[in-house]
Amino acid sequence: MSDKAIVEKLKAKFASEVLDVVEFRGETTITVNKGQIVDICTFMRDSLGYNLLCDLCGVDYMGQSPRFMVVYNLYNITTKQRIRIKAPVAEENANIDTVSTVWSTANWHERECWDLMGINFNNHPDMRRILMPADWEGHPLRKDYPVQGPDREPYQGRLS
Amino acid sequence: MAANTTETMTINMGPQHPSTHGVLQLILELDGEIVQKATPHIGFLHRGVEKLSEHRTYHQIIPLTDRLDYLAPMSNNLGYVLAVEKLLGITDDIPERAERVRVIMAELTRLKSHLVWLACHALDIGAMTVFLYCFREREHITDIYEKVSGARMTSNYFRVGGLSEDLPEGLDSEIRAFAESMPAHIDEYEGLLTGNRIWQKRTIGVGEISAEDAIDIGITGPALRASGVDWDLRRDNPYSGYEDYDFEVPVRTNCDTFDRYKLRLDEMRQSSRIILQALDKLKPGPILADCPKVVLPPKQDVVNNIESLIHHFKIITEGFKPEAGEIYQGVEAPKGELGYYLVSDGSTHPFRMKIRPPSFVNLQALPQMVEGKLLADVIAVIGTLDIVLGEIDR
Amino acid sequence: MVMTPEVLTLSETPWLFTGVMLGKIIVAFVGTLLIVAYATYAERKIIGRMQTRMGPNMTGPKGLLQPIADGLKLFFKEDIIPSQAHYLAFILAPMMILAPAFISIAVIPFGGDLHFTYDGTLYEVPLQITDLNIGVLFIVAMAGLGVYGIVLAGLASNSKYSLLGGIRSTAQMISYELAAGLSIVAIFMLSETLSMRGIVQAQQLPIWGIESLSFLPNWYIFTQPLAFGLFVIGSMAEINRTPFDLPEAETELVSGFCTEYSAMKYALFFMAEYANMITVSAIAATLFLGGWGGPFFGWINFLIKVFAFMFFFIWIRATFPRLRYDQLMFLGWKVLLPLSLANIVITGIAILLW
Repeated sequence: MSDKAIVEKLKAKFASEVLDVVEFRGETTITVNKGQIVDICTFMRDSLGYNLLCDLCGVDYMGQSPRFMVVYNLYNITTKQRIRIKAPVAEENANIDTVSTVWSTANWHERECWDLMGINFNNHPDMRRILMPADWEGHPLRKDYPVQGPDREPYQGRLS
Repeated sequence: MAANTTETMTINMGPQHPSTHGVLQLILELDGEIVQKATPHIGFLHRGVEKLSEHRTYHQIIPLTDRLDYLAPMSNNLGYVLAVEKLLGITDDIPERAERVRVIMAELTRLKSHLVWLACHALDIGAMTVFLYCFREREHITDIYEKVSGARMTSNYFRVGGLSEDLPEGLDSEIRAFAESMPAHIDEYEGLLTGNRIWQKRTIGVGEISAEDAIDIGITGPALRASGVDWDLRRDNPYSGYEDYDFEVPVRTNCDTFDRYKLRLDEMRQSSRIILQALDKLKPGPILADCPKVVLPPKQDVVNNIESLIHHFKIITEGFKPEAGEIYQGVEAPKGELGYYLVSDGSTHPFRMKIRPPSFVNLQALPQMVEGKLLADVIAVIGTLDIVLGEIDR
Repeated sequence: MVMTPEVLTLSETPWLFTGVMLGKIIVAFVGTLLIVAYATYAERKIIGRMQTRMGPNMTGPKGLLQPIADGLKLFFKEDIIPSQAHYLAFILAPMMILAPAFISIAVIPFGGDLHFTYDGTLYEVPLQITDLNIGVLFIVAMAGLGVYGIVLAGLASNSKYSLLGGIRSTAQMISYELAAGLSIVAIFMLSETLSMRGIVQAQQLPIWGIESLSFLPNWYIFTQPLAFGLFVIGSMAEINRTPFDLPEAETELVSGFCTEYSAMKYALFFMAEYANMITVSAIAATLFLGGWGGPFFGWINFLIKVFAFMFFFIWIRATFPRLRYDQLMFLGWKVLLPLSLANIVITGIAILLW
């Protein structure tokens, strides 16, 4: 099944949810509303065979609205196909439903996404920081977080 | 008199512990020697690679990728340069020789990584001799690394569009001799372990995970194939010319530590086969793609030719600008699927780079695999998952 | 004129007796200490050879001074006692491990009789510190005492890893002592004595009393091969050598019961381990391989047998992975113990029939 057919199937089922479909370098990216993300992911897994969630991450488009994008890279082990689903998340009230009920692998990915990007996942079973210390303040991968860390002089390059 | 009560003992394993393979911390709740609950804590080696790469040009990120899975640096390099090439749209322009050398190096890296895995896994279970035998062979691979890239571990050898330099003279015969000797060495390790009753008792039936659970929890690589899922990115989504080689993807179905051990050894045999085939197909030719906008000029030209020098200077100081878009590139790293998700906004820096480290996802399965088992099995399972904390914590 | 040699006694020749006794003690003790020191060197060299590496070769010629350098280093290290540890027990534990290991040497005969003339009388000196008539029981008892040291070390350290190591070693040593102890019961049934010296002398007769086979000595390894195997496995477990080194399993329990120890106390644990190895080798050589009997001069035969055993233990260490706790218990209680009991029954029936 080609990517186009898959997009059509998804559109047929969730017509109002699909916002945008982009193809770039042979990869299809589907942007959907965050409201029914769990249903969409369940549909992708059960009906379209995308049984492996390769990766889940957030992207910070600071200055745009909505600010964040949660990206799901899916893989179908049977047909060896990839597809990407994205869901925009606004800066205020930055949360989205967890898909760890669909793929348990999402558990740690979502923890990491919350830790580094500050996107909250509703109904997540174990929402703790994962890479940063438990008492860390701020979310380092946000674009407004300085690369050298908080309260430090910006890095000027090596002097030598 | 107080009633007899039993309590569980919470034991803190790591971050400083001889067999947590780095700085993994496990909080174990023990009832006697039985593990009731295992909670992994990670992040002690977090260096913010993803954040740093948003402030560097595409070329400057390659050295950072060396330091992810420091036991398999070339696989990380390969995944990253393939991702950037895909983003630039120059995947088809890579010269054949560069692809062949990349495959040779990637497979040597697989051997290197699996050797360290076998060494540490056997040492964890108590077989000390295998450790030194494996490191003897690994030493040859680090020597080869040093000859091609000048570094023994952090190679930084691949470039966007090709390689930093061609193979030095005479190295191909050295690699060939090594790849030919490897199956005999693997037999030697098997002679020490496979038939050993204690080894079998320690590994058969330990750390079982079914195929459905493995896919659900996202396990990839050898650990998934030992659960009976026939999936290898090198064969199924070939990259860097892997479709040209004749190799088998070993699959086993018992889902336990012993099968993962046997499977990785079979993979090592296949890797030496691939290396030999690639050496046979290796022909002289250019090692850098002919895309002057993005690819560095050959190093000899830079010192002899002013245009090349300017060109080199421009790419190094300013970088190149891929068009805006996003791609995901997965490669079959020794530990599983290593993925790079790159978002470009059209500038010289990646807008977002997400690394999908295989160990990070595989480690998630640890609690499921050890709960209800004995303390000694935790060690066996950590070994069999083949985790590297540099990659997990990034 | 042939004089019948007289045995030295404390009541008749007190000074001579004391002097000879002190001499024997010094020889046995210093000898054991030297073997302990160089057993570490030999282990490192032999395992190094087996693992395609060098082993120590920098300190002194061929690295021969390495054990002394190690000893000096450990001696001058800072001695750390954890603040939460039980002070007295923490200090006592290493001594309680080392002392029984050395005491066991006292009943082991390391050579035949020595004769010398003093003041016109021919005296006979057995090359053994003391010939207890319950020698083997004494050794088993001392081995049992060694457990206390390990348990105490595990408890006193107040560390969870040490505690786990202590618990493991208690269970392990008790279960394997049973199997090892029962396996040598068959030897007493054949030799009809518990004295180590008596057992060695019984083994110097021709095998099974048949004169035509007199080129073979009556070593109990030929009569009791099963007991020999059980004893070697059981004693290997008792002294915590690989593949039974669970109490100090480095990759699981960091260092087991000696996790919190440092400096000389730590060295004492290691000395005890090697001293135990020597003791066990010596017992095995005495009980099964005819002690000092053999083609060479008395104590040389004995040392050759002891070293062969130690080489065997080192070889095993380079070859085998470690057992798991439940498998260890299974092997001890369900395999070795029934086998040793069966061996006693079979030996008993055989003695009755012949």
